[in-house]
Amino acid sequence: MPTQHIAPRRPGFMERERLQDLLDALRLLGYRTLGPVVDEDTIQWREVDAIDALPAGVQARQGAGEYRLEVQPDDRLFAWNHGPQAIKPLLFSAEERLWRERLMVDGQIEIKQTLPEVEPTAIFGVRACDLAALALQDRHFLSPQHPDPHYKIRREALFLIGIDCAFSAATCFCTSTGDGPSLGEGFDIGMAELDNGYLFWGGSAKGSEIIDRLSLKPATEAQLNNMIQGTDRAAAQQHRFLPGETELKQLYEKLNHEHWDEIGERCLSCGNCTAVCPTCFCYSTGYQRTLDGRSAEMKRQWDSCFSPTHSSMGHFMVRGETTLRYRQWLTHKLAGWQEQFGRSGCVGCGRCITWCPVGIDLTQAVAALLDGGLADA
Amino acid sequence: MLDAHLPHSAVIDRRVQESPGIFSLRLQYVDTNVQDVFEFQPGQFNMLSLFGVGEVPISIVSDPDDSHFFDHTIRVAGRVTEALSRLQPGDRVGIRGPFGRGWPMAQAEGQDVVVVTGGLGCAPLVSVIRYLLRRRDRFGDIHILQGVKNEDDLIWRRQYELWSREQGVNVQLAADMPGKEWPWQQGLVTELINTLDLNLEKTISMLCGPELMMLAAIAQLRDLKLDDQRIWLSMERNMQCGFGQCGHCQVGPKFVCKDGPVFCYSEVADFLGAKGF
Ligand SMILES: Cc1cc2nc3c(=O)[nH]c(=O)nc-3n(C[C@H](O)[C@H](O)[C@H](O)COP(=O)(O)OP(=O)(O)OC[C@H]3O[C@@H](n4cnc5c(N)ncnc54)[C@H](O)[C@@H]3O)c2cc1C
Ligand code: SF4
Ligand code: SF4
Ligand code: FES
Repeated sequence: MPTQHIAPRRPGFMERERLQDLLDALRLLGYRTLGPVVDEDTIQWREVDAIDALPAGVQARQGAGEYRLEVQPDDRLFAWNHGPQAIKPLLFSAEERLWRERLMVDGQIEIKQTLPEVEPTAIFGVRACDLAALALQDRHFLSPQHPDPHYKIRREALFLIGIDCAFSAATCFCTSTGDGPSLGEGFDIGMAELDNGYLFWGGSAKGSEIIDRLSLKPATEAQLNNMIQGTDRAAAQQHRFLPGETELKQLYEKLNHEHWDEIGERCLSCGNCTAVCPTCFCYSTGYQRTLDGRSAEMKRQWDSCFSPTHSSMGHFMVRGETTLRYRQWLTHKLAGWQEQFGRSGCVGCGRCITWCPVGIDLTQAVAALLDGGLADA
Repeated sequence: MLDAHLPHSAVIDRRVQESPGIFSLRLQYVDTNVQDVFEFQPGQFNMLSLFGVGEVPISIVSDPDDSHFFDHTIRVAGRVTEALSRLQPGDRVGIRGPFGRGWPMAQAEGQDVVVVTGGLGCAPLVSVIRYLLRRRDRFGDIHILQGVKNEDDLIWRRQYELWSREQGVNVQLAADMPGKEWPWQQGLVTELINTLDLNLEKTISMLCGPELMMLAAIAQLRDLKLDDQRIWLSMERNMQCGFGQCGHCQVGPKFVCKDGPVFCYSEVADFLGAKGF
């Protein structure tokens, strides 16, 4: 299952022009290769068979409620910091069929599991925060008691090429959650983009094997320094942060803080934050019937604690008001998760800040709720 | 791979109309292999689905030792339960389960058991009462306290009368608005708790019903100095999956479907009654 980590890094160097070799090697092994591509003015995961499709020189300027791509005269392919989605939608589908049932002529009902058809898929350029989020989603969807077969099938088909971040967006704060900017674990191949090429190292047995076959020269001291410069720069560019997990637990002691109401007045309850958050796992299920009425499908769809029906008890809603929904989101993500999964549910990717239409920033909310002092980060 | 999403077909063996809005279904899995391995504890629940209509969480009320059938008692509350109410013997439903943690029956052995319910007769506790009565020698005194709004709301009225005739069983009913024929008390179920003479070292209490009622009952029990570890309750929340995956049933850090629906009071004390949880 989730890829084994073979520490430590012993990278080999590859010139930028040779990057296609890795792509080709993976395709030869039967992988569909996904990479970052500019689409709809954002960075999206799309099928890529030639490295020309990668976003050369593109950087993503991000701020609260703001996302803008800019092109620099630079041939770096991974200078951007992530698009709206991490790996979540590729595993936990936004909508999918769980099973189908059919009414038979004799009155019996036949119920059949429906599983997705998957191809082995390699993803290029997965960030440390995305891998940390993936590890959390794995814990949730692959729980020993009830592993989710839909998620599991896709997960097992995944091959991950992670990349150190050499730059941060203004919304990133992975250093404070301990999830980035340098790769930790959970990838098959690790990579770093240098000023003039790439470093590659194996993260799993499968990944190491592929790297070995590329016969790369061991990285020089200067190249290793260039790699560290990159992650150091990315870390230094971050100015948002969350306090430690012990402090975050105190959010449960602030349930009546007036700041919840202030946010509640701004929040549109649109659910963008939960949709882009790489760790949110809520979904709802519902039937869809065929027109002839003889068969029906059970579907699941992403849901959000911001949706009105999330807490519906028929005659009333546990969280009818936006304030209560925002409070659910923040307390669950940062405090509840700790009891449920042994760590906070936030990996510091900043997507919920970027994609909030009114620019609500969870790091500011936390600072205000945990009594100032942290507020002017 | 076992898929907790996937229901198994079950056929309705018997249907009983308990009261105008409440009915019971006796079910059996169509696949005998599934029926054979189906085991549950009082307080656990199933997800019941009706072809193309919807799926709802419903407690299991039959005795865990009845291996051929299992029973559900359902109140018509809305769309899905309404459609379920129209089913007849021979009709089929989908079943997933059993899910959740049931009542602490092992901890209750040798103890006096105080069962407190409010609202329209509470299915999760009916299964407990039946369980206790069938294993009478393993438990101490049984106090059954039930509160209803109108006396007409009391289903299983005959049952309560039968239970009250058993040795060591104390049945106390209270109606907010009793009619002339009401032989029991007027008032709230919580007032009944004060009449109890509890052996604090040898008592366990189990609560089910509207949360405000349970909160009031808990306050009374704690006033009587019953330890929090001896107070248990069953909760309900919106449920889509039943096994800790969909996120809907969360109360603070707890998943009601898998950490509960039966909780020890101390586990949920911080969130019970807190608006928004
Ligand atoms: C663990 C558990 C055990 C239950 N056991 C029983 C039982 O033994 N007998 C019984 O009659 N009822 C029981 N219920 C309540 C039952 O699930 C609801 O009455 C039912 O879901 C209502 O669905 P509906 O479509 O008929 O109503 P609608 O009002 O149309 O439902 C609308 C929405 O609200 C949700 N909803 C409404 N009421 C409840 C509720 N009380 N709890 C959770 N979600 C609700 C539904 O799932 C649906 O999403 C139990 C609930 C839970 C959580
Ligand atoms: S809460 Fe926001 S910053 Fe944290 S992981 Fe989710 S989207 Fe990223
Ligand atoms: S409850 Fe809200 S914050 Fe928690 S996982 Fe679900 S959508 Fe995300
Ligand atoms: S019902 Fe889905 S998580 Fe509890």
